[in-house]
Amino acid sequence: MLSAAGDVPGERAREGRAADAHAGEESARLGAAALEASLRQRLDAGARAWLDGALADARRAAATGPEPAADAAPGARRPLPAWELAFAAAGRHCRAAATGAAPAPAPVPEAADAARVLLLHAARPDTGTLTRLYTRGSAAERRAVLVALPWLPVDDDGVPLVEDALRANDTRLVAAAVGPYAAARLGAHAWRQAILKCLFTGVPVTAVAGLAERAAGDAELARMLRDYAAERAAAGRPVPDDLHHVLALTETHAGNGTDAAPHEETRS
Amino acid sequence: MRIFDPHIHMTSRTTDDYAAMHASGVRALVEPSFWLGQPRTAPETFYDYFDALLGWEPFRAAQHGIAHHCTLALNPKEANDPRCLPVLDELPRYLVKDSVVAVGEIGYDSMTPAEDEALAAQLQLAADHGLPALVHTPHRDKAAGLARTVDAVRESALDPSWVLLDHLNETTVAAAADSGSWLGFSIYPDTKMDEHRMVRVLRAYPWLMDRVLVNSAADWGNSDPLKTRAVADAMLTDGFTEDDVDRVLWRNPVAFYGLSGRLDLDVAPPEATHEGNSLLRGGE
Ligand SMILES: [Zn+2]
Repeated sequence: MLSAAGDVPGERAREGRAADAHAGEESARLGAAALEASLRQRLDAGARAWLDGALADARRAAATGPEPAADAAPGARRPLPAWELAFAAAGRHCRAAATGAAPAPAPVPEAADAARVLLLHAARPDTGTLTRLYTRGSAAERRAVLVALPWLPVDDDGVPLVEDALRANDTRLVAAAVGPYAAARLGAHAWRQAILKCLFTGVPVTAVAGLAERAAGDAELARMLRDYAAERAAAGRPVPDDLHHVLALTETHAGNGTDAAPHEETRS
Repeated sequence: MRIFDPHIHMTSRTTDDYAAMHASGVRALVEPSFWLGQPRTAPETFYDYFDALLGWEPFRAAQHGIAHHCTLALNPKEANDPRCLPVLDELPRYLVKDSVVAVGEIGYDSMTPAEDEALAAQLQLAADHGLPALVHTPHRDKAAGLARTVDAVRESALDPSWVLLDHLNETTVAAAADSGSWLGFSIYPDTKMDEHRMVRVLRAYPWLMDRVLVNSAADWGNSDPLKTRAVADAMLTDGFTEDDVDRVLWRNPVAFYGLSGRLDLDVAPPEATHEGNSLLRGGE
């Protein structure tokens, strides 16, 4: 429900960029509002108050811009901006309300993930800050950065983070990497490798945003899938159902202008 | 039987170890950052290591149904290399993370002035971040090392009851107990400390039962990740109750690391990490 699917323009014409950016911002705002509403319902009063404070800190950071060269001088012990502290600590503060037999609120990973995504959307970190939050983040923080990408004004600067996550062996990172941002921005080769990696590591392809649109008519992906299926068969191992599903998608016709070729030219 | 290993270096262990630990009853562990055997020469290599303790290792542990937390610090040995000291300035960025439940392992190795400084600075960091501290006591010159460690804790802003003094044995347990800190015993396959000596210590100091933690301290050296279970079995054979075992091998580590307010002992089963998270299901 957090996904910004459909919010992200699949194909972008260069001349349409400004309009796209505006539309993207608006749909991000609506998506974030919906996510915040559903999160707040699940939080107890203490966690809700924490979220309010943290989001206020994040909006303030967005209004004042990034602190100058926060990491340029190692050794200068600059305190973390308040919203970054909240981003790191969301797991222990953003707790779902007690339900039924549970005597006390327990940390709920999904609540913390949602809170982190909301903080990123509110703080609108620049690329340098976002990259640092990812590269020096815990697995949960990295997932939040990946999931938030379609809602952030980062253009193509988030692609290296997606590529990093796709090199990881942590399947939750891989699943977070193949969201709408990857669907819109990843080059054809990297995207096909990502699909293959999902099949290899057991990440359900339901995690892949825009799967039907990008797979449609992709003959190269179809070849890779058939080769992989042959390899599994030769090893006497079952072929994952997801593989058949994606293979069937490649055999559908590509929609208007959504074949893989433009990606191939411009990005791979 | 549920077991919490409060000090084990899983980075150095295999997947088979995780499986064997789970089969032996281990359901939670704390991995302190430490010396990797090969000296590091740049701060960035520490950060990559910290990132592994906050990302990859918890993922590995969860696949085996084990909750993984860590303690972060500049270890005493490498505190002697000036090239590594910038780590102290970067630690505040890491100590706020959710699965960091203590500063550690810190303490003395060769008892140098550089180690004095790193220990004092990191005890202060623990106090500043509302975290307890895991303090290693030296394997060489143990009694003198313990005395100096207890002095450093007393001079710090951290209350002794927020400190776990580790690698104790028969010769240091009384002095460590007098300090008011928690008491850690690392059980090794060699002569340092074994499960039968551990049981004799518990028999000799029954009033310390509420403050004793037992760990395997397993790493890349001669060590055994199942030593916590060996202690539990030796306790039962010697007539300790199931409740005594649960106290030493589960409730005490939960109480000590719980001081951080960050322990989360629910581990999502592996299939849930793949499919249970609608948040990450993305765009369909
Ligand atoms: Zn150790």
